[in-house]
Amino acid sequence: MLPVIGIVTALLLIWEGSKLLFGISDQRLPHLGDIVATMFTRTQGGNGPLLLVQMLINAWATLRIAMGGFFIGGLLGFGLALLFMRMPILERGLMPYVIGSQTVPILAIAPMVVVSLGRMGAEPWIAKIFVAAYLTFFPVTIGMLRGLRSASPQSLDLMRSYAASSLQTFWKLRLPASLPYLFASLKIAASASVIGAIVAELPSGSSEGIGVMILNAAQFYNSRPPALYLAILVAGLIGVVFYGLVALAERLIVKR
Amino acid sequence: MDTPIIEFERVSKIYQGGAGPVTALHDVTLRIAAGEFIALIGPSGCGKSTLMRLIGDLEQPSNGTVRIKAKTPDQARRDRDYGIVFQSPVLYDWRTIRKNVELPLEIMGRPKEQRHQRAMELLKLVGLGDFGEAYPHQLSGGMQQRASIARALSFAPSILLMDEPFGALDEITRERLQLELLSIWWEAEPRPTVIFVTHSIPEAVFLADRVVVMSPRPGRVQRVVEVNLARPRAFETREDPQFFALVTEVRECLRATETAG
Amino acid sequence: MQATTVSTPAVRSIDQAAQWFHMLWPPVLMFVLGIALWESAVWLFEIPIYLLPAPSQIMATFLERPWFLLGIGMVTFSNALMGSAIGCSLGVLVAIFCVRWTFVADGLVPLAIAASAVPIIALSPLMGIWLGSVSAASKIGVIAVMTFFPTLVSVYAGLISPRADALLLMRSYAAPQRAVFLKLRMPAALPFLFNALRVCATLSMIGAVVAEFFGGPRNALGVYIKTQAGILRTREAWSAIMVACLYGLIFYLVIVLIERWVMPWKHRHSGQ
Repeated sequence: MLPVIGIVTALLLIWEGSKLLFGISDQRLPHLGDIVATMFTRTQGGNGPLLLVQMLINAWATLRIAMGGFFIGGLLGFGLALLFMRMPILERGLMPYVIGSQTVPILAIAPMVVVSLGRMGAEPWIAKIFVAAYLTFFPVTIGMLRGLRSASPQSLDLMRSYAASSLQTFWKLRLPASLPYLFASLKIAASASVIGAIVAELPSGSSEGIGVMILNAAQFYNSRPPALYLAILVAGLIGVVFYGLVALAERLIVKR
Repeated sequence: MDTPIIEFERVSKIYQGGAGPVTALHDVTLRIAAGEFIALIGPSGCGKSTLMRLIGDLEQPSNGTVRIKAKTPDQARRDRDYGIVFQSPVLYDWRTIRKNVELPLEIMGRPKEQRHQRAMELLKLVGLGDFGEAYPHQLSGGMQQRASIARALSFAPSILLMDEPFGALDEITRERLQLELLSIWWEAEPRPTVIFVTHSIPEAVFLADRVVVMSPRPGRVQRVVEVNLARPRAFETREDPQFFALVTEVRECLRATETAG
Repeated sequence: MQATTVSTPAVRSIDQAAQWFHMLWPPVLMFVLGIALWESAVWLFEIPIYLLPAPSQIMATFLERPWFLLGIGMVTFSNALMGSAIGCSLGVLVAIFCVRWTFVADGLVPLAIAASAVPIIALSPLMGIWLGSVSAASKIGVIAVMTFFPTLVSVYAGLISPRADALLLMRSYAAPQRAVFLKLRMPAALPFLFNALRVCATLSMIGAVVAEFFGGPRNALGVYIKTQAGILRTREAWSAIMVACLYGLIFYLVIVLIERWVMPWKHRHSGQ
């Protein structure tokens, strides 16, 4: 922990130091203190809530979308992995695309999905959840499939020698053996779903979410530079918090 | 010999490998009586593990018939006649030691109370009475293997299949566990039939009633050496001149398979 | 169990062809089926074009102006290439630095792992303000940050992967630091480096497109997709997405090819 604090302190010192040394203007790189101070300014010309509160409310909106997408995408990935497990021919046919589609810019489709689903009259959150779910299910499918296959041949022989049914083998061996793999991919999926939610907020028309906050702060950057830094910081926080929640769930569920 | 529990009648096993068929086992005929302790020994590739797996219905013969208690191996497996111990303990690392021992009982649908009691009984028997709530990774290799023996015995199977169970342990632990295994087996009621695959000549002679010496390419039974050392065997058995004579006999036999192959 | 057999080169190449066929037919079949399904679904259910155009329409739109689309794709792709070149080389450098000075690693590596949970793309507007929102530099900056962290984590893991006895062996030869690095640590880190590069190849193309959603020159893929989607010209947007996929795939495949060339020993075993 100490080295981490050391590095963070060093980075903050470099921040303020380079301002001092190279005379970088507040407009380009605000003081750290100003960023903290801006958290406690009131929005809407002094009548609204604190900026920090507003940011956190919007962060919660984004996190909700990310979690919804994560849940749906996770279930889908889980189901797909089970299907591939039972039907190897399907896996051989579809797996190259599951992997290949990771190499294509999925996020590029985000504005398309948002705009066309909106045109169909769907609520905006549906499109956002769709994008987040889309990003989630790939890592989960791959991780879960690897996990379901991770049981050693000997442990399967053992189950066979007990004349265990395939359902018993699944519940008592394959599923528990897959959990570490599942959680490794869920952690990746957690960050992916946050990115998906933020990118889905970018097309015009969204009214809430940290992505909107970032866009607004960027648009009015000249009048208040620290707000953009704060918004980006909060966006980073969402990712870390979600990741942390999944890691916490892992510690509670995976015993060893 | 009275009614054999395991019968091999001209059994062969051929694997279809990528490089053409490989005969792992060729024309094996063998009868094993109930309660016997049989050691299978031979160089790698002699088919001793295959033989064991054929008994346990983990593989099916290409030719010939295998009969277990006058049933097919598949039927015997469904009747839960087999307890298996592998070279590695194969404990499920998300279960405590006690829950690992309970696993077969769980699958066989025994009530919880009975499971618990039986597991504790067996853990005491293998000297792990205090480690029931520990997780496998907290135990040494020897202790893990003890737990896996307890798991195999938990449902009192009539046949115990052991595939080099002490192969990964150090010599000192190994000799201690051999003695423990013998006493557990000797006192068990009814006494299970044991098929014990090993690489070690002294281990085979020390444990078994009969040592089946096998030779490779293709795997077949070379000779069966009767071990008429008195039971129960003890630490001193290993210093008996008769023990040495038998070890030498098995060793000569193995050397003959080498020059023949 | 496995017997070694000697096979003639001719037999081997036939075997290989059979293997390739065995490996390829299911995905090829699925591709054809998938496209056919998509195409027929669009016509059968009369899916409005603003929702989802048919593959044939997307292809036709692409063929109307292939060079224009490939050209704006090239603008975005060159950002991805430059950004990941900078990010990955910085990642490698810092990883080497971390091996030499372990206290830096103790602080930096946990932070880099945490960074993987952070939506780096949110940095885009800030980069725009620093480096010019329309300029290529701001996109390259985002992609460099994006690829820096995974490369650092992965390459560092690779550099410290040699086990203690391998290092002791080097010590018994009285090998100098430089030799330990060149003969042991570097080769050990290669598979890790290529894992990172493959991840970065995909990441950077996605990043380049999405970074342009925050603003960029008119003749860039991300901006084009966003504006065309905004005015519901979905055929145009989809054909641009297709081009983005194409460049992403090419980038990925080039990395895989280089990997096979640099590490022939790995390829031979994985090709089963």
